[in-house]
Amino acid sequence: MFESLSDKLEGVFKRLSGKGKLTEADVDVALREVRMALLEADVNLKVVRQFLERVRARAIGAEVMQSLTPAQAVVKIVNEELIATLGEPAKLDLAGAAPHTIMLIGLQGSGKTTTAAKLALHLRKQGQRSLMVAADTRRPAAIQQLQTLGKQLDINVYAVDPKTPPPQICADAVKHATASAYSVVILDTAGRLHIDDDLMKELEQVKSRTNPQETILIVDSMTGQEAVRVADEFNKRVGLTGLILTKVDGDARGGAALSVRSVTGVPIKFLGVGEKPDALEPFYPDRLASRILGMGDVLTLIERAQQNLDQEQARQAAEKMLKAQFTLEDFLQQMQQIKKLGPLTQIMSMIPGFAQVAKEIPEEATEQQFKRIEAIIHSMTPQERRQPDVLNARRRQRIAAGSGTTVQDVNELMREFKQMQKMMQQLKSGKGRGLPRFPGFPGFG
Amino acid sequence: MFNFLKRDKEKTKEGLTKTRESLKTKLQNLIWLDNEITPEFWVGLEDTLIQADFGGEATMQVVDDLRARADAERIVSPKKIEGLLKTELAKALNDANQTAPTRGVWQAKPHVILMVGVNGAGKTTSIGKLAKYFRDQNKRVLLAAGDTFRAAAIEQLQVWGERVKVNVVAHQQGADPGAVAFDAYQSAVANNADVLIIDTAGRLQSKTNLMKELEKIARVLQKGDPTAPHETLLVLDAVTGQNGLNQAREFQKAAPLTGIVLAKLDGTAKGGIVFAIAKELKLPIKYIGTGEKIDDFAEFDAEEFVQDLFEG
Repeated sequence: MFESLSDKLEGVFKRLSGKGKLTEADVDVALREVRMALLEADVNLKVVRQFLERVRARAIGAEVMQSLTPAQAVVKIVNEELIATLGEPAKLDLAGAAPHTIMLIGLQGSGKTTTAAKLALHLRKQGQRSLMVAADTRRPAAIQQLQTLGKQLDINVYAVDPKTPPPQICADAVKHATASAYSVVILDTAGRLHIDDDLMKELEQVKSRTNPQETILIVDSMTGQEAVRVADEFNKRVGLTGLILTKVDGDARGGAALSVRSVTGVPIKFLGVGEKPDALEPFYPDRLASRILGMGDVLTLIERAQQNLDQEQARQAAEKMLKAQFTLEDFLQQMQQIKKLGPLTQIMSMIPGFAQVAKEIPEEATEQQFKRIEAIIHSMTPQERRQPDVLNARRRQRIAAGSGTTVQDVNELMREFKQMQKMMQQLKSGKGRGLPRFPGFPGFG
Repeated sequence: MFNFLKRDKEKTKEGLTKTRESLKTKLQNLIWLDNEITPEFWVGLEDTLIQADFGGEATMQVVDDLRARADAERIVSPKKIEGLLKTELAKALNDANQTAPTRGVWQAKPHVILMVGVNGAGKTTSIGKLAKYFRDQNKRVLLAAGDTFRAAAIEQLQVWGERVKVNVVAHQQGADPGAVAFDAYQSAVANNADVLIIDTAGRLQSKTNLMKELEKIARVLQKGDPTAPHETLLVLDAVTGQNGLNQAREFQKAAPLTGIVLAKLDGTAKGGIVFAIAKELKLPIKYIGTGEKIDDFAEFDAEEFVQDLFEG
């Protein structure tokens, strides 16, 4: 159950609380938990050490040791330091005379080509006219990939004979862009290892010949401990102005962002959150901090809800809940809405404190449970759905047979539904004090 | 056959040596006086494992176990402890390898291999290299361009097909990958192919719908051969951190895996997450990718892999 850092720290301080005044040693015990949380999130070991020194300096001050709620005080410090380290979001620098050149670099498979297209689309919305440059002459069909994306989005692509050296291609492309009044040039370079000297030299040449305004390292959010060495090397050799974190729509905690940011000192400019060309989001340090700490991502959940839910239906349901007129039909509708947000376990993992519970529940089990509830309600007559009180033993038997469940299953659902109604009554009469359990989802209560 | 294996081994070494040389960082502080186990020794051991992406909790467990054993058996030589650790680690990987199905023997014809993984892991490149590897063993190889989603993924596989001189069954971009797999299977049977390797679109393991698509590809293949796919290999980028375990877990659910291809091992990343995967899911590493060239590919060798964890 103890998953989120705050839960773990509560546990630590509870064990210590018998002893009276907290000591520095007590704080160190708590910091060990913080260390583990950061390591599990893939923050680099050396970065973790530096980070903990800062946290410790604050924690052994008055803030924690005299706090009545030391666990929360530690979490607060960790969270604030994380947000501070992740830094402020920054926009693309498009000041001065056009065309502005943006150079994208990174390891193989980090997502440069996809990001190039996303950036071009994003910039078009701001009135910029971009030229994408196919400078990856190494990977088979990389040029075609950029051309296909360009065609899909109606953005021009500069591509020449792949035998041309990339620095030459890029320099020519910038000349072409200047002559043809493009406002932005996006250089899609080949993926390369930071220790590949020849290819790093090539990047240096591209840079010196095109003088890009932005040199952006594309970092896969799933990257582990090596993120530091990779970013450091790219930064030393080529000089970075920004970072874009990709594949953030996955379930990686994204500690690499912290590593890369602290070793390079350059700002995170965007997050890549999907395969579609519009899946590029601004970066919010507080959200990423929660994610790294495994403290849930409620804001993302809310956003996803706003995108996927039928607002009108949701409003009606809420009204009915408040009037305590909520029926099984509404309940079914609600369930179907929630399903649109994604697998239940994934939704739960975004809620603070539920990440571990979500891990322990097999995804199929929740899906099955959903299906069972759906089947039971579908096997009822409209009258039964609106007035469940008419459900006598015979009706229950019929429903169980019709839905392929047992009478116990039907009873269980009815019991939970009744509880939910009772709670809504309390809400209505103002007696309710929050929602004591997850109504309707057996097993989460 | 033996020459072949030997050559591979040398190649692996070459790849790994290159890594070591290019790394100008000094060795981990794992050089000690050989009769003194200091607290620093244990910290050094911990750091080595953590920095190899072994995982924080997993590292603590391994090091705590080792300490308990050192106390119990009164081991005082750091070298001996390091040796013990290496043996244990290699054993963990080898054990997973032995329990893995379909090792070596191919009973079906065509032997069907499904390649899966997250975006950018290195699936298509690994398929090109694997095709070359089988061709060198005089096997008839057929490839299926099952990544119908990503722009130019089909063309990318076709380039590899030309390089290796094997045929590629492909539909248009946007086509149903199940249909591609089915056609490719029919074609493999008609052309008497020994092995069919199927590419799939990269997908993040948290995308339920895309994961379901993998199940469908397997079902379609089973219409031709109920035992297919005979191998499902997860391509894992060596630079991946703790998320690698989630990847293996979720792909395992959608398309029962038989092993791992650890790609991009020519960088400085160690790929230590494979230990957690071997431990929890009993999944062996079958091949490693060590560069962009067609022969930068080898069978996995647990001892060398473990040795490399402690160097550079």
